[in-house]
Amino acid sequence: MNSNLNTIRDLADREYKWGFVTDIEEERVPKGLNEETIRLISAKKKEPEFMLQWRLKAYHHWASLEKAEAEPKWANIKYGPINYQEITYYSAPKRKPSLQNLEELDPEILRTYEKLGIPLEEQKLFAGVAVDAVFDSVSVATTFKDKLAELGVVFCSFSEAVQKHPELVQKYLGSVVPYTDNFFASLNAAVFTDGSFVYVPKGVRCPLELSTYFRINAAETGQFERTLIVADEGSYVSYLEGCTAPIRDQNQLHAAVVELVALDNAQIKYSTVQNWYPGDKEGKGGIYNFVTKRGKCLGVNSKISWTQVETGSAITWKYPSCILQGDNSVGEFYSVALTNNYQQADTGTKMIHIGKNTRSTVVSKGLSAGHGQNTYRGLVKILKGATGARNYTQCDSLLIGDRCGAHTFPYIEVRNSTARMEHEASTSKIGEDQLFYLRQRGLKPEDAVSMIVNGFCKRVFRELPMEFAVEAQKLLSVSLEGSVG
Amino acid sequence: MRKQETKNVITELETYLESFSEFEKRAAGRNLPWLRSLREDAFARFCQVGFPTTHDEDWRFTNVSAIARTPFRLARNGFARVSQKELGPWRVAGVACQLVFVNGRFSRELSSMGNLPVGMKVNGLGKEIAGNPTEIEPHLGRYVDTQRDAFCALNTAFTEDGAYVHIRKGAVVEGPIYLLFISSAENSPSMSHPRNLIVAEEDSQAIIVEDYVSLDPGPAFCNTVTELVAGDRAVVAHYMIEREHREAFNISTLRIEQGRSASVTSHSVLLGGGLVRNNVHPVLMGEGGECLINGLFVGNGRQHLDNYMLVEHASPRCDSRQFYNGILDGNAHGVFHGRIIVHKDAQKTDAKQTNRNLLLSDEAQIDTKPQLEIYADDVKCTHGATIGQIEEDALFYLRSRGIDEVSARKLLLFAFATECLDRMKQGLVRKHIEGLINHSLFQVANTRAEARANSRKDEGRSWEEMG
Repeated sequence: MNSNLNTIRDLADREYKWGFVTDIEEERVPKGLNEETIRLISAKKKEPEFMLQWRLKAYHHWASLEKAEAEPKWANIKYGPINYQEITYYSAPKRKPSLQNLEELDPEILRTYEKLGIPLEEQKLFAGVAVDAVFDSVSVATTFKDKLAELGVVFCSFSEAVQKHPELVQKYLGSVVPYTDNFFASLNAAVFTDGSFVYVPKGVRCPLELSTYFRINAAETGQFERTLIVADEGSYVSYLEGCTAPIRDQNQLHAAVVELVALDNAQIKYSTVQNWYPGDKEGKGGIYNFVTKRGKCLGVNSKISWTQVETGSAITWKYPSCILQGDNSVGEFYSVALTNNYQQADTGTKMIHIGKNTRSTVVSKGLSAGHGQNTYRGLVKILKGATGARNYTQCDSLLIGDRCGAHTFPYIEVRNSTARMEHEASTSKIGEDQLFYLRQRGLKPEDAVSMIVNGFCKRVFRELPMEFAVEAQKLLSVSLEGSVG
Repeated sequence: MRKQETKNVITELETYLESFSEFEKRAAGRNLPWLRSLREDAFARFCQVGFPTTHDEDWRFTNVSAIARTPFRLARNGFARVSQKELGPWRVAGVACQLVFVNGRFSRELSSMGNLPVGMKVNGLGKEIAGNPTEIEPHLGRYVDTQRDAFCALNTAFTEDGAYVHIRKGAVVEGPIYLLFISSAENSPSMSHPRNLIVAEEDSQAIIVEDYVSLDPGPAFCNTVTELVAGDRAVVAHYMIEREHREAFNISTLRIEQGRSASVTSHSVLLGGGLVRNNVHPVLMGEGGECLINGLFVGNGRQHLDNYMLVEHASPRCDSRQFYNGILDGNAHGVFHGRIIVHKDAQKTDAKQTNRNLLLSDEAQIDTKPQLEIYADDVKCTHGATIGQIEEDALFYLRSRGIDEVSARKLLLFAFATECLDRMKQGLVRKHIEGLINHSLFQVANTRAEARANSRKDEGRSWEEMG
């Protein structure tokens, strides 16, 4: 706690800490989106034919959606029109490294990683975290690969997976989020350049927390990653995703897709700390974060757990979901979403119960400060065949300041009489008496608020892996700065 | 494809256009310019927006295409056909007055006005429009949203008759004011648009009951709008009972405008009707207002019961409570849509919302959508929703005490429904509603028991066959 309070003091009025731009030569395709762009991306990545065909189908679907002006408008967020022809869809560091050791890496990139705190140079200090750093759109280095390879775990960039494991990619790509799923998922399917791929073989418990840091680097390049995680029968994997981005004036589009597949008795734990650039105090700039994340509990007794801490982005639009298809499968969603200044977040989850005795838990904590607008939007659907399904949902909002908003839009659709579901939600501001109690114990107002906020989010932080839990608390304190007092 | 749709919409609206132009020629108050423009604007708006579809967020779970497809005509003045004798079963003893409306039109002959207390006035709205328009003008159509809501617009366009209740300043009316809406079938599908205006002035108190019944089966469409104005410190209890025939369509909107420290309770009991949509929309305009919205819906067969609550907190220090319980059996489809909006300056708001549902059969459906939209910071808002079935443990407990299964089920169902009854004030109306609920729960419990017995018979047979 004490270090936490110090952090707040340290970081008082500090600008976005992770805002820096690395100067390296880049290779990019011309701005704009057409069939040529897709072919070019695919060719540059030396992809097999099935990938190109899939991309083209996705592109044509997206183009038809765009023509019909079907860009989703239902979310409780406001933003100017996006010109999809003004975006560069591919950029990669020019000297593409196929390196044997780190010394060969562009020193500029190495320095960026140091600022980000990824100790690529000192892998031994990694203490159980293997990092697949996605630098813009192409992975430049992966670590701890050997150790994972011993167990048969595949953890590599998506492009590498397409080259080395095309059969796995072909089997599972788009099986959870088809290219027709929604506007942004179609766009992603057409133009995605890289991302991460994980395959955990039967019965293997992945010994490390797999982790990726994404960065958006080149100005005006929307980054479209695609992550695919497949956990085979009886396996377990925990995956960490954290992101930071440099300060930019222009809004950047970020439309990622994450697909998880859990087979019989498999477990996937997916944790995110999202801290893209949120824009400045006037709400200028910032990232548009339109993400489609979905997991499918395909096998019996499988489990997928989402944990997210969302503090960044000008606009967040994401609904990590679980399709509970296998009998006795379990879906979980733990989320802390914070909006400060002019940030907007419309986030939540979908739990689709298909199999028998499926269970889901949703815990969502929303914090709004400044002019922030925070929306929880969730769906719990219990289909006819889902006998004995169980759901527990709790979504709480905390209001800090009088110009912010907190909204809750849960949808509950039940088609089976044996279903049991509970939904609870509350909205309140920080209690005067709680504040008073802490202040009379000698705490400064901002320390007191920070303590209450951390207590409010504790249930979610507990679900985060150790390394992330600490970072998440700090992030929250930094993001809340200037809103208290 | 699209062309086809547009064509359908046009033919749908054409019957309404015909009805409207006919209606305009003979409607009461057609020479009042304000009323004429109110009707015309509302009709124009209705033609613009048309009937809502399931793409409309507010109508996501309720498909009204059955209403849109049927060429409803305005019900003719059929009250001559209804005799006092036919009304017998619907009479309630001990009320302050009972006003009877046949297909939306006030019938003086069938109503019993009783001895009205001082300071109170009840009449048909049509008669008031003709005789006393200055009293109606400041309120009629000032509160409902005809811009967004197609059914409110349609009702406003066809506004002619309904109930007008006026409680003067400081008057306390003890007995309930009972409004009975009868729909009697005609040869062709008919529609009626009763429009009620209830004005309770400062410091007044009243109890109002709206009861919707149908005399005989047949497709009828009843689209009601009630505007309730509660002045400062007024205390008003409003009851809505829907027990029409299973072929009936009923769309009702209750719009409440509350003044400072006014206390309004709205109780809805939906037992009948084929497709029912019940909108309750209170706006807490004055500081310190209190609002309780309480409801029970019991669905069976192919009934579709939709409850849409919108509570707007527009002033500081107001409390609102919503409690809705649903029991669904057969192929019934229940919807609960509760929305609380706390406006920017409505600090110290305390809003609660609870929706509990029992699903008794696998074919029954429930969709619930509790929403909070909060733009102020010093508020306390909660909502909760549960869906479940009759607790096996509770059933076992009762069975172990020697109570047979059917009775045990009935007991538990009544207990669930009683939560809703307990929020009504003791008295005549509560007793009346209790009787109605018991009756419909008996039906639910019995059909359930029969279904179970049948399935058990089958099981037994297969057992023998196996042996």
